[in-house]
Amino acid sequence: MQSLTWRQRLSRLDVKLSPYLYISPFFLLFFVVGLFPLLYTAWVSLHDWHLIGGQGEMIGFANYVAVFDQPNFYRALRNTFSIFILSSVPQIIAAILIAYFLDTNLRAKTFWRMGVLLPYVVAPVAVSMIFSKIFADQSGAANALLAMFGADPIGWHADPFWAHVAIATMVNFRWTGYNALIFLAAMQAIPREVYEAAIVDGARRWRTFFSVTVPMLKPTIIFVVITSTIGGLQIFDEPRMFDTMGTGGADKQWLTLTMYIYELGWGAQKSFGRAAAVSWILFAIIVVIGAINFFITRRIASSGGKGDL
Amino acid sequence: MRRTFRTLAALASAGALLAGCSGSNTTDPDAEGSATGAAGGEQITLSVATFNEFGYEELVEEYMDLNPGIKVEHKKAATSNEARDNMNTRLAAGSGLADVEAIEVDWLPELMQYPDQFVDLASPDVEGRWLDWKTEAATVDGKLIGYGTDIGPEAVCYRADLFEAAGLPSDREEVASLLEGDWDTYFEVGKDFVAKSRGVAWFDSAGATYQGMINQLDTPFENTDGTPIPLEENEAIKDVYSRVLQASVDEGLSAGLAQWSEDWTNGFQSDKFATMLCPGWMLGVIEGNAKGVEGWDIANVFPGGGGNWGGSYLTVPAQGEHPEEAKALAAWLTAPEQQIKAFQAKGTFPSQVEALESPELLGATNEFFNDAPVGEILAERANAVSVTPFKGPNFFAITTIVTDALTRVDVDGTDDADSSWQKALESYSALGLS
Repeated sequence: MQSLTWRQRLSRLDVKLSPYLYISPFFLLFFVVGLFPLLYTAWVSLHDWHLIGGQGEMIGFANYVAVFDQPNFYRALRNTFSIFILSSVPQIIAAILIAYFLDTNLRAKTFWRMGVLLPYVVAPVAVSMIFSKIFADQSGAANALLAMFGADPIGWHADPFWAHVAIATMVNFRWTGYNALIFLAAMQAIPREVYEAAIVDGARRWRTFFSVTVPMLKPTIIFVVITSTIGGLQIFDEPRMFDTMGTGGADKQWLTLTMYIYELGWGAQKSFGRAAAVSWILFAIIVVIGAINFFITRRIASSGGKGDL
Repeated sequence: MRRTFRTLAALASAGALLAGCSGSNTTDPDAEGSATGAAGGEQITLSVATFNEFGYEELVEEYMDLNPGIKVEHKKAATSNEARDNMNTRLAAGSGLADVEAIEVDWLPELMQYPDQFVDLASPDVEGRWLDWKTEAATVDGKLIGYGTDIGPEAVCYRADLFEAAGLPSDREEVASLLEGDWDTYFEVGKDFVAKSRGVAWFDSAGATYQGMINQLDTPFENTDGTPIPLEENEAIKDVYSRVLQASVDEGLSAGLAQWSEDWTNGFQSDKFATMLCPGWMLGVIEGNAKGVEGWDIANVFPGGGGNWGGSYLTVPAQGEHPEEAKALAAWLTAPEQQIKAFQAKGTFPSQVEALESPELLGATNEFFNDAPVGEILAERANAVSVTPFKGPNFFAITTIVTDALTRVDVDGTDDADSSWQKALESYSALGLS
């Protein structure tokens, strides 16, 4: 066997090892702020663990059992999914439409493009404060507007569905423009020749939109769906700021899972163990939905090239 | 967790912003130094965290003028709940609390379980400064964890103009004798009023009225040894619950405005209700919310005798960097002279023995409340307090459950009294108290 010089060995090591070193900061950081807390939370969830009192006895899965026994857990689950669907679905549809119009020949393009991003710049807490004035049950602007049209006032803080609508409105206000810009970027990457071919074939405007634009956007749609799934299932600020108490309403009309985690850990029960258990349940839910999305992505990847819905 | 982090960051920066606003005072080099000033002329910054209205804005400025070496930042939380969340979070984290933290008597007992987290404030200088029961509540194993600030002796605040419009007497002495009696009297007069008031309710919410009623019970939720009374066996609370809902919903006396909500705040401007149970600290809140509304007055009476609602303490968390200076600041702020100024600014009623007898307090009138002699009235209401309810470590958790139950029926209308009580029992068992 040929023996290598020190320098040669070093150079060989450089080629083999350096790429891993270059990407290692991300993984080190992920380990410290991602993986470690994740595993530590699992450890906490198996213990009787008090907010201020600290670690207690190992109690196995008792925290999970206790949580599944609490009616508020199921309310939180219902609210989270309801707010998630009410926000993500209209938001993505609106974002695609806005992006489509921004993609047409507008005057002062940059102005309009920056304009849709403006709500994203406003701090969520500030958004919530403004919307909580609009959606006040008796004295809010939304109900005043309804009264002008002769409609009955809506109990924005009393009825779970309308509370979810109000909260979803805040989320949509903030994120629609952001997603529209992502769609806009993807739309501009669609080759213009495809559109020209469609026009030559006699396709009208809406036909090109549904048969060219939307299919070509599929990977981006999947990306936005996944990010808004993760964000939507972890929604916290908007519902927390929806009233002054921040506890999700007297009947927990808008208590979400993350707020429930907060309430378990820092509220009346002060149980980090139970809070950690719900965190893991939420994690499992997100993984399941992420997996569903993954399989949808695979299906679309195999059929998406055909250019039809 | 992305959004969670953003909230925290946003809240933190909002706090920093507030602190920045109040910290713009320039120190006067000619101001007299004081014994409490920082040693060696070194500039130190102390933060004071309060909630609602403590009336400390001008006092903080004054303290900085007296102590050129000390810069005081005053952070205000909107509600007591918010302050409590913040307290618990940062106590658990071991950092991030202000040097001087205000706490409310309702959640003081939770913190009393962890005396190690607080600096012992006992000192010969402050001995006998407060009413005995005020100090006792904050003492654990001989350690004093909080200096008393205010107490909340309750009177009845009312709208003289709305009383007049409904044909009731509106003079404060006449109103006092009209309402003299127990809760039934208060509700009966309310029925009279509502019958003639054309849509104006008698009081703001069931929750607020319930507060007044449970503060007259010796042991609302827990036995004196700290063990909780199971909610379904708690007849006294069930009685209060049923009575207050009967008055609020069946008799239509409540405006259905949950205290501190947006609608409640706006309700002051649109004549939604005519009376409110008002502890001293509520005067400043009413004045702020009802700006420009004329007709508020205060009557020297309270249903069922006397009642104390709330009242706070200043604590010095052990995690702070300058415990000695913080203690000195807390002692200064809670001295009788300063508390009288806070009372004059925001109506927070002092808990200091000396302050209660001072002519400045007894002679104090409040322009907004039709020049009522509020000092004298509240001092008399303080003397009428005969019951100090026992509040143990679970008081806050359980009373929140019952308040939520009332809100469901009175404000949201999602439940009737019975189904809402069932939900309260469910929430109670979810607490897992044995």
